[in-house]
Amino acid sequence: MSSYSFRLYVTGETTLSREAEANLRALCKNRLVDDYEIEIVDILERSALAEEEQIIATPTIMRLAPLPRLRVIGDLSDHERAARAFGLPGPAIRDEGRG
Amino acid sequence: MRDKSGGVTKIPTGIDGFDLIALGGLPANRMTLVAGTTGSGKTLFGLEFLMKGILQFDEPGVFVTFEESPSDLRKVMTAFDYDIDGKEESGEWTFIDATLTSSPQDVVVGDYDLGALIARIGAAVQSIGAKRVVLDSTGSLFSRFADTGHVRFELFRLAAALREQGTTSVLTMEIAGERNAFSRFGVEEFVADNVVVLRNILEEAKRRRTIEILKFRGAPHRTGEWLFTIVASEGFIVIPVSLLGTKELASSTRVSTGNTEVDRMCGGGFYRDSAIIVSGPTGVGKTLMAIQFIAAGVAQGECCVLFSFEESRDQLIRNAASWGFDLPMMERSGNLRIACEYPEMASLEDHFVSMKQVIEEYQPVRLAVDNLSALERVATARGLRDFIIGMTSFVKHQEITSLFTSTTRTLMGASSITEAHISAITDTIVVMRYAELAGEIRRAITLLKMRGSSHDTRVREFSIDGEGIHVGMAFGQSIGILGLAGGGESVI
Repeated sequence: MSSYSFRLYVTGETTLSREAEANLRALCKNRLVDDYEIEIVDILERSALAEEEQIIATPTIMRLAPLPRLRVIGDLSDHERAARAFGLPGPAIRDEGRG
Repeated sequence: MRDKSGGVTKIPTGIDGFDLIALGGLPANRMTLVAGTTGSGKTLFGLEFLMKGILQFDEPGVFVTFEESPSDLRKVMTAFDYDIDGKEESGEWTFIDATLTSSPQDVVVGDYDLGALIARIGAAVQSIGAKRVVLDSTGSLFSRFADTGHVRFELFRLAAALREQGTTSVLTMEIAGERNAFSRFGVEEFVADNVVVLRNILEEAKRRRTIEILKFRGAPHRTGEWLFTIVASEGFIVIPVSLLGTKELASSTRVSTGNTEVDRMCGGGFYRDSAIIVSGPTGVGKTLMAIQFIAAGVAQGECCVLFSFEESRDQLIRNAASWGFDLPMMERSGNLRIACEYPEMASLEDHFVSMKQVIEEYQPVRLAVDNLSALERVATARGLRDFIIGMTSFVKHQEITSLFTSTTRTLMGASSITEAHISAITDTIVVMRYAELAGEIRRAITLLKMRGSSHDTRVREFSIDGEGIHVGMAFGQSIGILGLAGGGESVI
């Protein structure tokens, strides 16, 4: 069981979806090494999951663990802000995103 | 849609009265913006649009709520006797809860779209085969996401998606001011095709709710502001007053006024489908005139309704008894229905609706309203005019003989405010006045107008005793009871 667990909600194969996934993965790899899990939910296929969490914007990234749950909307193009929003530790190497 | 052939298909909303002013309903397969200030009834309009769609047209609906929780909305609809839960269970109604949850405001990092919302709505529409979609109220989307231009674009995408799915949708939007202020978020730019504005205006210290169709692109509709009301158990009701009176029957059948002498003055009685106004100062005998008119109907086995806005039930019964009329007995016979209401108990629109309900339920042949002037207390001049036009048109439509009393403001001469509005649409005006003659106060009666009939135009004296009204001789000398005669011996 990893310390950090994220769920990424996307709507199909859009640029935003791909950007968000890439950014989230980069962010986690850089700051959490391998102590994390990422689940990707495509709302077009599993709308009930979006219904459950009342998601209206995509991409939405939910931090499921550690508690409390946190939600961030956007493609996470700003790694520094995204890391702050998710309460992630400092980077192993300097962030690549604009920051 | 058939816009190219010039006609836009409309779907009836089922909302009482609205389809009349919308000349059929909302443009089908389009999005209509319903804009209004807080408390103007936008949400109820949306709820009813969906519920009536299910109940009357078998069209399932999706309600997307951004502000009030589904459980609150279910509760709201219970007050109007609508069972949303039941419709959810039967798969005809689906809520999309897009309210801000208890969790702290979402942080925005980078670009996003409202694809999730669009996907959720799309899935719900598909799953129940929805034909109607309501989005209420989208203003909160703009406060949630800072980039209003972006949200606007996303709503545009949503509108396109809903159109593609073949749904007719209503998008509600809060507007700040009462007038010309609904471009706060620039929403009208993308759904500008169809715009309906609801207003809740404070005018002369009285609230008036109005609805106006600003535009239906490519489709005709009635213009102007229309009164509407919201009534428990009935919901949203638009009162298209001037549309009610399109049918003119002009019956030539006469009905008794309840007094043979007055019948004679009228040339045989009132016309069956006519509206009569009885004008006079307080205490002159207007209520008596109304009661004898009703009693004449009851005696012939006709169903009659008497609305009293001035006196309590007990007072009314007591007064009637003093003139020899037994109202409780008439009620027991099943031919009389008395409805006493204090004007202040409800708004004019609500009175209109409840009177209409009573009339529809009892289907009377005769109707008396005592007293219109009492309603002035809860109405603006325009509101009262609309009310009177609406009521007279409505009852004429049903071939009901209706008699309205109206109190003049001064004891002598003069007409009342009410009459200024009503005289043009009534068929007969019975004028009752006090007249001063040779140092004595006498009572005078005359007919001011009687549609297409030869009637007695003289001013006659009358008296009231335990058996009712007795019309006597015409006043011999010149006497001006209307305060217009001038030069008369005693202008009163």
